[in-house]
Amino acid sequence: MRRLIFVIFILALFITGCSQGVSHKEIIIAGSTSVEPFADKWAEVYMEKYPDIIVNVQGSGSSAGIQAAISGVADIGTCSRELKPEEKDLTEIIVAYDGLAIIVNSNNKTGDLTIEQIKQIFSGEIRNWQEFGGGNKVINVVTREEGSGTRGAFQELVMKKNRIFKGAIVQDSNGTVREIVATDPNAIGYISLGLLNDKVKALSLGGIPATNENITTKRYSLVRPFLFVTKNTPTGEVKNFIDFVLSQEGQGLIREAGLISVN
Amino acid sequence: MTQLERNEKLIQVVLAVIAFSAISFLAIITFFIFIEGTPVIIKYGIKNFLFGMDWFPSEKSFGILPMIIGSIEVTVGALIIGIPLGLACAVSLTEFSSKRIRQILKPVIELLAGIPSVVYGFIGVVILVPFIRNNLGGPGLSVLAASIVLGIMILPTIISISIDSLLAVPRNYREGSIAMGATQWQTTIMVMFPAAKSGIITSIILGMGRAIGETMAVIMIAGNAINIPNSILDPVRTLTSNIALEIGYSTGEHRQALFATGIVLFVIIMILNTVANVMSIKKRGRN
Repeated sequence: MRRLIFVIFILALFITGCSQGVSHKEIIIAGSTSVEPFADKWAEVYMEKYPDIIVNVQGSGSSAGIQAAISGVADIGTCSRELKPEEKDLTEIIVAYDGLAIIVNSNNKTGDLTIEQIKQIFSGEIRNWQEFGGGNKVINVVTREEGSGTRGAFQELVMKKNRIFKGAIVQDSNGTVREIVATDPNAIGYISLGLLNDKVKALSLGGIPATNENITTKRYSLVRPFLFVTKNTPTGEVKNFIDFVLSQEGQGLIREAGLISVN
Repeated sequence: MTQLERNEKLIQVVLAVIAFSAISFLAIITFFIFIEGTPVIIKYGIKNFLFGMDWFPSEKSFGILPMIIGSIEVTVGALIIGIPLGLACAVSLTEFSSKRIRQILKPVIELLAGIPSVVYGFIGVVILVPFIRNNLGGPGLSVLAASIVLGIMILPTIISISIDSLLAVPRNYREGSIAMGATQWQTTIMVMFPAAKSGIITSIILGMGRAIGETMAVIMIAGNAINIPNSILDPVRTLTSNIALEIGYSTGEHRQALFATGIVLFVIIMILNTVANVMSIKKRGRN
């Protein structure tokens, strides 16, 4: 008798585990760590408006997000760089513009560099801060992993044909790059402008500081789009969410947070 | 057959099925890694793969030598820290402490083995890396940082198994040595260690296996530069970090190359585990 009850108990556990639960529609968004905090914000506000929808945001890098969209694992892939030619058959929607900030430690005396100089630092040609009037300190270069959209944008806008040098420290998100630059007085790195905080300093490029105004007027040249990428034209719940993101309310949210809106 | 015998047979069959399914998972994983990774090794040649200096997947360059050297360096560093500390602790707890102290401390040390590696990595980033950067130079994210954290991570393994091996040495060895006038330290060095040798070596090899396979903590503190380090203060990338950093977005040959890296790791761990098993069989054989 006891054994029978035990068996029924186990079966009951299995069956409840297999059910779908309350009918929640779930939208899965995966991709760029630059887009992630803003996607989180959109998701939070959207879920408050429509409590029976769950929007799940993950950050694993732009290329990983695109892969997730292609394979169907994610409903929306997010990306912080232009799509490559072989990715162009996906549906892409620009949801914001973001500046690319070159950051140094807040205590670093250098506040301004040209794009050419930045390229020389990241390619390993210049290795010491004394070239720019700093002390005799080795420059600790921090970069993102290869699949990062931020790195892709940096490569395209700054490095052009040159490789980022092999001895550069590699980290896998905007957040960790920012932390390293914030704690290491000799570090230099690049992050999404929208993720700047007061622990690091954004360099001005050839005299032009990285402000929203300079980006909108194209005087600060390191700008890249934030893209939502879907396998096919979005429909249903996914389309509703994207419409929200592009609406006045959605764009207003990110403008407050430091991004440039599309309209 | 009687009901009793039928029940016995049924239990035997069920257990056998479960055991085989566990082994089959391992077999499936092994099979999958080899199927995915071998084409790339064949296409680019095993020498170019293992000894190539240039890992640049977007330009189809798949040389993993910097990562092999990285893995070796942090593992050797971990052993340099883990072996002396671990053996000293094991000896201290078996030969030079009371049974009471050992009964309290051994479970505590084994508890250390349960700390998730990401916690070690976190402590490394927050405390160790700035310390190295401010006092020794370099970016702090370095071979040294990884070695120290890995050394601490393998301590529970080395200590626990070494204690068991030392305790397993027959009492008359120690008693005989003391009876002949040797001091306790002389007994430890000249009698206990050699007697427990194969168990201690097994513990070291298992610790080595853990150090080579550790991923999360290393990604957080080693710096991940694709360079052969010139000093222990330089950043480094290991085979495991390489896979974890890039697998999320890799496609095509890049993904296959990462599986091929997995094959290399698999072979290394298999060799280490086989050696450990042979050593422990030898030990059992002698007793």
